[in-house]
Amino acid sequence: MNSSPSRELAVDIENLRHRYASGPLVLHIPKLEVARGERVFLFGPSGSGKTTLLGLLAGVLPPQEGTIRVLGQNLSALSPSDRDSFRGNHLGYIFQMFNLLPYLSVKDNIRLSVDLSPKRRARLPACEKALTALAASLGIEGLLDRSVTELSVGQQQRVAVARALLGSPELIVADEPTSSLDYDHRGRFLELLFAECRKTNATVLFVSHDRQLESLFDRCVSLKEINRA
Amino acid sequence: MILLKLAYHSLLNRKFTTGLTVLSIALSVSLLLGVEKIRLGARDSFNNTISQTDLIVGPRTGSIQLLLYAVFHMGEATNNIAYDSYLHFKNHPSTEWTIPYSLGDSHRNYRVVATDLNFYEHYHYRLNRGIEFTAGKSADGIFDVVLGSEVAEKLHYSLGQEITLTHGASEGGMEHADRPFHVVGVLKKTATPIDRSLYITLEGMEAIHIDWQSGAPPLPGFETPISRITKDKIKITQITAFLLRTKSRVQALYLQREIDEFSGEPLLAVMPGVALSQLWQGISYAEDGLRLVSAFVVVSGLLGMLIALYTSLNERRREMAILRAVGARPSHVLVLLVLESGLITWAGAFIGTLSVYLLLLIAQPLIENEFGLFLPVRALSETEYLYLGVLMLLGPVLGLIPAWKAYRNALADGLTIRV
Repeated sequence: MNSSPSRELAVDIENLRHRYASGPLVLHIPKLEVARGERVFLFGPSGSGKTTLLGLLAGVLPPQEGTIRVLGQNLSALSPSDRDSFRGNHLGYIFQMFNLLPYLSVKDNIRLSVDLSPKRRARLPACEKALTALAASLGIEGLLDRSVTELSVGQQQRVAVARALLGSPELIVADEPTSSLDYDHRGRFLELLFAECRKTNATVLFVSHDRQLESLFDRCVSLKEINRA
Repeated sequence: MILLKLAYHSLLNRKFTTGLTVLSIALSVSLLLGVEKIRLGARDSFNNTISQTDLIVGPRTGSIQLLLYAVFHMGEATNNIAYDSYLHFKNHPSTEWTIPYSLGDSHRNYRVVATDLNFYEHYHYRLNRGIEFTAGKSADGIFDVVLGSEVAEKLHYSLGQEITLTHGASEGGMEHADRPFHVVGVLKKTATPIDRSLYITLEGMEAIHIDWQSGAPPLPGFETPISRITKDKIKITQITAFLLRTKSRVQALYLQREIDEFSGEPLLAVMPGVALSQLWQGISYAEDGLRLVSAFVVVSGLLGMLIALYTSLNERRREMAILRAVGARPSHVLVLLVLESGLITWAGAFIGTLSVYLLLLIAQPLIENEFGLFLPVRALSETEYLYLGVLMLLGPVLGLIPAWKAYRNALADGLTIRV
């Protein structure tokens, strides 16, 4: 993690190979680079190794062969629990749907990323204020004290964005976050996401099998093409 | 802290199962503590069958045997003691009072105890409770009888009733039909063996055995007519045992030794407290059984919790994936589950303890009336604290089982959700 060019890269993958147990190779990516601040659309239909790549990027899967650097950090060099902390501190993760814990209020759901990551919390001296501001710009400030079960799917996804962004993580990984939304809402959702990411210069890695949204991104990468497995 | 909050809210989210699980643990805790309270209460009641008596004196036998027939009126006395020996100690300078007992007859399986007025005046149980009457007065006349509360209640006897006594301790013995007794008093319930006894005078006991020779009744026609039996004509020669109160407790030990070494005849003096606890130890295996049962109930309550947590894990995989996504380690998931089992057990222990005391407050007079068992409302005993401590530790430790499963799930699932 010195003056290598990877410092400027949010994601830097070289010759990454992965297999489950002694099964066949499911992932082999010779090269993938994502610059900091870049918004990349990763086209990944099912069976393309999407889940594996996301697991490796997020640090829940241990890297086997090759190198994978996230924000300049070589993930192979970290222990499993360090990778968990790294994810908590530097990554915002958005699921396809059901991002929220049903038993916490909207506000507590948003806070969760900060509450579980002391370092991220430390970066955010005025957590309450930041949370309110973020909620306001996402248009959910009126929902903060509600129970998540009262929210529409679109509102839930915006709460998920707020949680992913709170504490300004450098990389946002979104796994088909719009597939549960209708077309109009998708555009609006992405606009909000991008606007917020621009404020902190966060990198966005957006994974989807629906190419309709591709044009809104800086760059499109087809996982099928870069995965040689 | 955040994990504790998560555990709490997650449990609340599953109100119904959580509630049921807490309830089952609370029930088992109530049972465990309840059994303990009853055990202590029973032991107290037992040890308080007799109080303010320093020595029980009888012919030389085993101390428990003496206790059994002198206090509980159970079993048979093998020997009697001479009335002169009794008088010797009755008039002893250290003696404050004595209560003589003469046993051997019964009425419909209830024991008949011949004694004197000292019994009504001095007999005490449960520290300072004395003999009280619901009706009538002490037996003073030769053919007067006073009934224990249970005797009166079960046999539906009332004042003025005429009853006959049976020779020997059980039904089937010779009936003293020629010498009927009159009920002159009924005692208040004491929850001691007194309730199951009939009390006559020492003279009465002698009177029904007048003309008997070597344990055989007189031949018909040779009985002394009742009209000719008066107190001054009766000479008491022996009694079965007596209770003794010394003027000061220090003298009890000296007097005990003096009685044991009495030259007139072989006597035995026992301290009721010592003998009672010896006897209790002998029968306490029953309470061990009771304790064992309640321990099993607690274990089954904990197992119920295990099952509830374990089966919830599959539907909670998404919850775990979300937590993992925001940076939770698999070990966090483990701790979360352990905390949940801890919260359930602690809540159960708390509610269970609370309800035992609540129940005790409500049911105390009822239990005392119905079963003669006085259950004092006391702070938790050391044993009870130990039980609760073990339980509160055991809960989270057992919680490691579902926690481990959740940990494995979290490791295997990562951020993907398999349902």
